[in-house]
Amino acid sequence: MSLFYRHFFLLATFNWKRMMNEKHTVSLRVNGKEQQLTLLPWVSLLDALREHLHLTGTKKGCDHGQCGACTVLVDGRRVLSCLTLAVMKEGATITTIEGLTTDDELHPLQQAFIKHDAFQCGYCTPGQICSALGMFAEGKACTREEVQELMSGNLCRCGANRGIIDAIMEVKKELYE
Amino acid sequence: MNNFAFRRTTTVADTIALMEPTAANRVIAGGTNLIDLLKYVVTEADLLVDINGIESMRTVDQLDQGGVRIGALLTNAQTAYHPIIETEYPLLSKAILAGASAQIRNMATNGGNLLQRTRCYYFYDPNAPCNKRTPGSGCSAVNGYNRIHAILGHSEQCIAVFPSDMCVALAALDATVNVVGPHGNRIIPFQDFHRLPGDTPHLDNNLQYDELITGIDLPKQGFGDYYSYLKLRDRSSYSFALVAVASAFTIEDGLIRDARIALGGVSHKPWRISEAEQFLIDKIPDRKYFETAAQMVTDGAVAFTHNKFKIDLAQRAIVRNCLMALNPKTQRPGAKPSL
Ligand SMILES: Cc1cc2nc3c(=O)[nH]c(=O)nc-3n(C[C@H](O)[C@H](O)[C@H](O)COP(=O)(O)OP(=O)(O)OC[C@H]3O[C@@H](n4cnc5c(N)ncnc54)[C@H](O)[C@@H]3O)c2cc1C
Ligand code: SF4
Ligand code: FES
Ligand code: FES
Repeated sequence: MSLFYRHFFLLATFNWKRMMNEKHTVSLRVNGKEQQLTLLPWVSLLDALREHLHLTGTKKGCDHGQCGACTVLVDGRRVLSCLTLAVMKEGATITTIEGLTTDDELHPLQQAFIKHDAFQCGYCTPGQICSALGMFAEGKACTREEVQELMSGNLCRCGANRGIIDAIMEVKKELYE
Repeated sequence: MNNFAFRRTTTVADTIALMEPTAANRVIAGGTNLIDLLKYVVTEADLLVDINGIESMRTVDQLDQGGVRIGALLTNAQTAYHPIIETEYPLLSKAILAGASAQIRNMATNGGNLLQRTRCYYFYDPNAPCNKRTPGSGCSAVNGYNRIHAILGHSEQCIAVFPSDMCVALAALDATVNVVGPHGNRIIPFQDFHRLPGDTPHLDNNLQYDELITGIDLPKQGFGDYYSYLKLRDRSSYSFALVAVASAFTIEDGLIRDARIALGGVSHKPWRISEAEQFLIDKIPDRKYFETAAQMVTDGAVAFTHNKFKIDLAQRAIVRNCLMALNPKTQRPGAKPSL
């Protein structure tokens, strides 16, 4: 079967370079709202959210998978939107920091971050909060040491880490235990 | 990133049909390494084929002859937390969980993990000579800043290390890699999958550009009783290994009956020396024997200006980890040293 395909394509000598500016439509459900985008294939999910849907709550730190600032929930799982191509998420449900608040009421994690002084500049905060929600859903972190390990994918240049872990531990205890 | 075309496939046959004997057409799985390399223009592609629709590559199956097959498209997190892997292959689970971050493990796939490229900083810098990226241009690391580089199996042309944690455990477990290509199927033993740099440092492994990894087979013996993964690095988490060790034993009547020791972070492939493992057979699990085995594993190591510490570190890490393997319950999150 595969041999047949192969010869078929070799005969056709397909030149993909001609297809390089082809756009693709993608349907995403972002924070409860259906969105349709027409995108070039190399647009990251991060850029699609920020530049095309104007949801700038999700931050671009490194753009290379090294900081966690761009963390969002895709179908409930925490992932890095800077290393995700938007065209690869056809049909996915996306939750960003903007999707957590209802009627001006802050999410308990957001309130806990304020209470525990869990940020200074706030740049890492949306990623920290989405990541913590993903971690709660995974259900693998019990002890403080485990929470620290499973939150290590979110760096904080301001060094608010102690407050961040305090806030997460408190909400974990209140809502998930 | 260069401009590229994009297609999705849902079957292995359709995917093979789109691949080429050159690197121009590439499959994309989790994207965590490929997108990064495309952004740095270290890699270019004409076509990316999104293989995430191939459901048959996303399962964990018990094999008739014993053992387990893990699909190439299963994520690293799904694999590490799978009940069969957690209980029967805990060494693999621990090694995976010592790699990258929770977000990256949710994206990264098992197939992609085997094919991730080195983290040598000169490889990532298109302005620096690098034989791996641009064959014949020279190696910037040999006389450069080579703190993270190899001490074993390197060549004049390249001293890079292979950065995977998962693969250190797969090497120790004697896994095999299932591959499909235009000319049919192949099964590659793990020790033959990755290559030493020699005079072809641009080739990391023996997979052809038009072949697809469909899954990885784990033999029946999973070393569920005595195992440990230790990862030593500059930061205690979310950082690549300077030295990593996977150790696993079976012990009967107080004597070692089977022994595995694999090193990561020190070579162009996971490093195993069967003489060292054979030496431990029928010995009591004792520090003095582990010290001899550590000498044997690192025999012939040659360091460079900035990574001399790695030889000593690797030897101590082997001894420490073999002792930790006798009491696996004491292991800490992130494969930090315990005891
Ligand atoms: C910041 C950061 C830190 C990291 N830290 C660690 C760490 O500490 N330890 C560690 O082990 N790893 C680490 N990683 C690497 C990570 O584990 C790999 O990037 C990941 O496993 C690659 O899998 P993927 O599915 O995302 O591959 P992709 O990026 O999708 O693909 C990688 C390559 O494999 C090819 N490919 C993918 N699947 C197949 C297949 N089935 N058949 C044939 N070819 C295929 C692609 O064409 C591409 O060339 C880190 C990554 C980042 C970004
Ligand atoms: S060590 Fe290998 S990857 Fe690094 S610069 Fe030298 S040739 Fe390139
Ligand atoms: S912006 Fe995505 S990890 Fe830094
Ligand atoms: S609050 Fe500034 S980076 Fe975390």
